[in-house]
Amino acid sequence: MQRILNDPDNIVDEMLKGFLKTHNDIVEATENPRVVKAKDIPEGKVGVVTGGGSGHKPAFIGYIGKNMCDAVAVGEICSSPTAAAFLDAYKVADQGKGVACLYGNYSGDNMNVKMAVKMAKRAGIEVKTVVANDDVASAPKDQREKRRGVAGEVLMWKVGGAKAAQGGTLDEVIAAAQKAIDNTRSVGIGLSPCTLPAVGHPNFEIKEGTMEVGIGHHGEPGIEVCPLESAHDMAKRMVDIVLPDYPFESGDEVVVLVSGLGATPVMELYVLYDEIDELLKAKGIVTHRAYVGNYFTSMEMMGATLTIMKLDDELKELIDMPANSMGLKQF
Amino acid sequence: MSAFSNANGKPVLLKMVKAIQENKAYLGEVDGLIGDGDHGMNMNKGFTLFEKEFGEQEFGFSEGVFNLGNILFSQIGGSMGPIYGTIFMDMSDAGEDFDEISTAELAQMLAAGLEGLQGIVEAQVGDKTLVDTLSPAVDSLKASAEAGEDLQTALPKMKEAAQKGMESTKDLVAKFGRSSRLGERSRGVLDAGSVSCCIILQAMADGILETL
Repeated sequence: MQRILNDPDNIVDEMLKGFLKTHNDIVEATENPRVVKAKDIPEGKVGVVTGGGSGHKPAFIGYIGKNMCDAVAVGEICSSPTAAAFLDAYKVADQGKGVACLYGNYSGDNMNVKMAVKMAKRAGIEVKTVVANDDVASAPKDQREKRRGVAGEVLMWKVGGAKAAQGGTLDEVIAAAQKAIDNTRSVGIGLSPCTLPAVGHPNFEIKEGTMEVGIGHHGEPGIEVCPLESAHDMAKRMVDIVLPDYPFESGDEVVVLVSGLGATPVMELYVLYDEIDELLKAKGIVTHRAYVGNYFTSMEMMGATLTIMKLDDELKELIDMPANSMGLKQF
Repeated sequence: MSAFSNANGKPVLLKMVKAIQENKAYLGEVDGLIGDGDHGMNMNKGFTLFEKEFGEQEFGFSEGVFNLGNILFSQIGGSMGPIYGTIFMDMSDAGEDFDEISTAELAQMLAAGLEGLQGIVEAQVGDKTLVDTLSPAVDSLKASAEAGEDLQTALPKMKEAAQKGMESTKDLVAKFGRSSRLGERSRGVLDAGSVSCCIILQAMADGILETL
């Protein structure tokens, strides 16, 4: 395993130390070592919190900052934070206006968030949630509630964070974030597996010369394994999965997010994006804004995800607002 | 002897810890087939934290089970933190007033753990989760208690019930947890949670049998 490590069991704590030092203009530590908060949270706004397992940098702590999330609960690699961490994140983000907890649909996160929301209620903090489920490949459309949350979460945080920064009420922030995720669809293609550092070897295989369509952010098996394709064919395959599901149609204005899964060179993401853009143009879909880079990764997995969100006037305004976080800066 | 003293429960807890530590890699492999492979690591981390914090102290069975549950709940996260945390803490609540634990008392404790679990997850027998191990183990102990069987008779039966329940998950299709998204493709592989639950119950049974 060619990795930069001390004791792999301590990787999360050691990563947090480095992250807090690097981005000390944006984030700061809290009393709970597994909760990171924004350095300057504007007064009187609804709190925006997320949380999840580690190994997805910049997610989740990379989206703390101005007009983004206020606090994040940090879990072990690929493992939900504790209910106690979510609760402490709610506490540091709450300013009496309530907290919007915007997170991804995974059983551990669901359980811990559910318990933390209950505990918060007892502590007098109102928390409402939006559960991201943008991954088209993870369940059929009629079982959308079972789908995983993937890179679409970044757009959900962008929209929810912006709405809260505008002074939206808790219900307004929740409604905007819910609309963002309801209008968003994603799919991933994996080209190589990922390794939990403490395990030391990948726990699944993607054979040389093949690719896994629909792979999850933790290596959850996809819908199809097929021979490795050109960027053009990969783009077509992704677009053909994502577009009909919503469905996105000619004339729609959209945000496109292409994220690497960790080990794919960013250069290749631009090659993929160019192909995607051509396909969308040919279908008459108008790209209002595109994000290309490593926005939501899966340790050292190779591959990429495509996320498309349909805009309306409100979403467009919120997406266009400036943001200053480690993972998303927009001026 | 047909009962063990609650106060003498420490070796039982340490045996459970050891069993998880020894099976860390195996649990990771089972989980890696249809999950993300972190089950062994997380269970090992939680049980080892408990050993570090309480290993040098004296404690009884119900107290030890509570502390183990509390550590899993507050420091492990994932799905297994709240799941095992709830099972152990509710087991402990049901057993804290017992001085002597025989088949009936143990059945009562384990049933309380299962009931607590079902308060936070909707999984039933047949859904390919650890309920498939825990539920038949509880049923077996309850039946033994009703039949007036002592622990020497009841515990081997409970172990067998847990084992069979765990093995049954191989042919099931996952309805909960990360593997549920795979539908039919989750068939043919054991559920990692049901395996760890079986390891824990068997170590607990062996530990109790050794104290008798």
